[in-house]
Amino acid sequence: MIENFDLSLVNWSRAQFALTAIYHWLFVPLTLGLSFILAFMETLYVRTGDEMWKKITKFWMTLFGINFAIGVATGIILEFEFGTNWSNYSWFVGDIFGAPLAVEGILAFFLESTFVAVMFFGWNKVSKKFHLASTWLVAIGANLSALWILVANAWMENPVGMVFNPDTARNEMNSFREVVFNPVAIDKFLHTVTSGFVLASVFVVGISAWFLIRKREQELARKSILIAGIFGLVSGLAVALTGDSSARTLAQVQPVKFAAMEALYEGKTDAGLTVIGALTDSGERIGEKKVHDMKLKIEIPKLLSIMTTGKGEGYVPGLRDLIDGNPERGILSVSEMMERGRYARQVLIDYKMAKELGDTESMASLAAKFEEKDFTENYFRYFGYSYFDHPWQVIPSVPVTFYAFRVMVGLGFFFILLFVLAIWFHRRKTLERNPWFLWIALFSIPLAYLASELGWIVTEMGRQPWIIQNLMPVHVAVSNISAGAVQTTFWLFAVLFTALLIAEISIMVRQIKTGPKH
Amino acid sequence: MDSAGKTLNRIFRFYYDGFRTMSWWGKKVWIIILVKLFIMFLILRIFFFPDFLKVNFSNDRDRGDYVLEQLTGNN
Repeated sequence: MIENFDLSLVNWSRAQFALTAIYHWLFVPLTLGLSFILAFMETLYVRTGDEMWKKITKFWMTLFGINFAIGVATGIILEFEFGTNWSNYSWFVGDIFGAPLAVEGILAFFLESTFVAVMFFGWNKVSKKFHLASTWLVAIGANLSALWILVANAWMENPVGMVFNPDTARNEMNSFREVVFNPVAIDKFLHTVTSGFVLASVFVVGISAWFLIRKREQELARKSILIAGIFGLVSGLAVALTGDSSARTLAQVQPVKFAAMEALYEGKTDAGLTVIGALTDSGERIGEKKVHDMKLKIEIPKLLSIMTTGKGEGYVPGLRDLIDGNPERGILSVSEMMERGRYARQVLIDYKMAKELGDTESMASLAAKFEEKDFTENYFRYFGYSYFDHPWQVIPSVPVTFYAFRVMVGLGFFFILLFVLAIWFHRRKTLERNPWFLWIALFSIPLAYLASELGWIVTEMGRQPWIIQNLMPVHVAVSNISAGAVQTTFWLFAVLFTALLIAEISIMVRQIKTGPKH
Repeated sequence: MDSAGKTLNRIFRFYYDGFRTMSWWGKKVWIIILVKLFIMFLILRIFFFPDFLKVNFSNDRDRGDYVLEQLTGNN
């Protein structure tokens, strides 16, 4: 079945979405984090009356404004792509995807655009407290906007709160609460926004370090390092904590992705967490997928079991358990899921045929099935598996997921160390006497972006081949358009976004070199 | 002028003064925003990103039937 699809179309559509999402995400996390850093700095200004804090706030606000302005609306392109390239998906998700995005649009437009104007135009025109309130509202608004996007994204990974309507071929939301309080959404929101806070903190520490290296704006730099260092440290620890809770949720709702992140092929108790490892081809295969051996492995004993089950002796299923099934552990095989999915699809086919024949009685009885608990929980839940020919096709790229996860986590801990050192050197008034640290801080800025992007690569590559977990594979979601058309727009976007990125970097660099106004 | 008119006038002056006294980087990013929005909505959206189902089907019933066909077909 999967072979009947135009893989070139699927791959170009995926590449285009990945390109636009990656570029879009270059702008977002800095907005999320820097907005709060500005709010802290301005709060200090209002509370102390120290004009230096005002100068610091205005300087970072300039960089925030450049990033915000260049990045604004880049996410809308993703919505264009849904309608053009992913029409089956867009239709199938119905209002579930639309509702959170609509809330996001309204919030973004009214809250951010109104108060961003006060932030930039309101100095000396509105009261200090009103200006401060606007800065806080921009920060809260930006992060709330992210919440709705992430709720929509989380639904794709753990579809809940809906019922499928066979007549319209759409999922209809029957519980907004379940969609919003989806455990994946909560973990994802907390993990994503706190990682944005870390990125922004690294950005502020790094730019401030550059000022200290150049022996310019030293008071601004030291004070900025202190605020960003503290905010970054708290956020970095929060990222680690939310990553831990995400792992537990992930092990439940996307166990194949979780096993791929660990390159865990054989399930085991007392499973250790691999800190470092190099994957090599073992020569074995699961279907057509390579099985990897682990070389140079350093692991923390039992930690993976503890992370996923809360117990050191807890059982963590490997890819073989998840593909072949493990009845002792209550794990269904993918073959069984494929059978159940095919049954669900046959019911849908029967419904379609009854509809074509105008057999309203059969239509009613078949449609009722989609509301029955037994059918939805035991059959329709596996609907997407009906599109595969072989169980191994549900395994994502293990090396990409494994390495991306490790580099992201490694960098996360590196940033925590960076913030600890920043605070330490600041307290001892020795920042300038440790140029090595200043250079490391400066060169950490691109690493923060790398870590942030890798987080999304783990999320999205790790859940392949699904666009909606268990319900719709990526190849079923694409529109029936030509691969050439998608290829053309891929390159158009590549040029547009690269131009925007160059514009942002050049304007920002110029502003940084100019420094704050005196 | 009534109070609503005065409020509107103050809001207008607020934005007008803000744009008039904008720094060089502010003007530059506004140009970028406008060019970007022009490219996105008037070129990409219209010529390259039509809504597949809206363009090919005139109503939701036909769109639903098409997707149902896609979901149940030999794929």
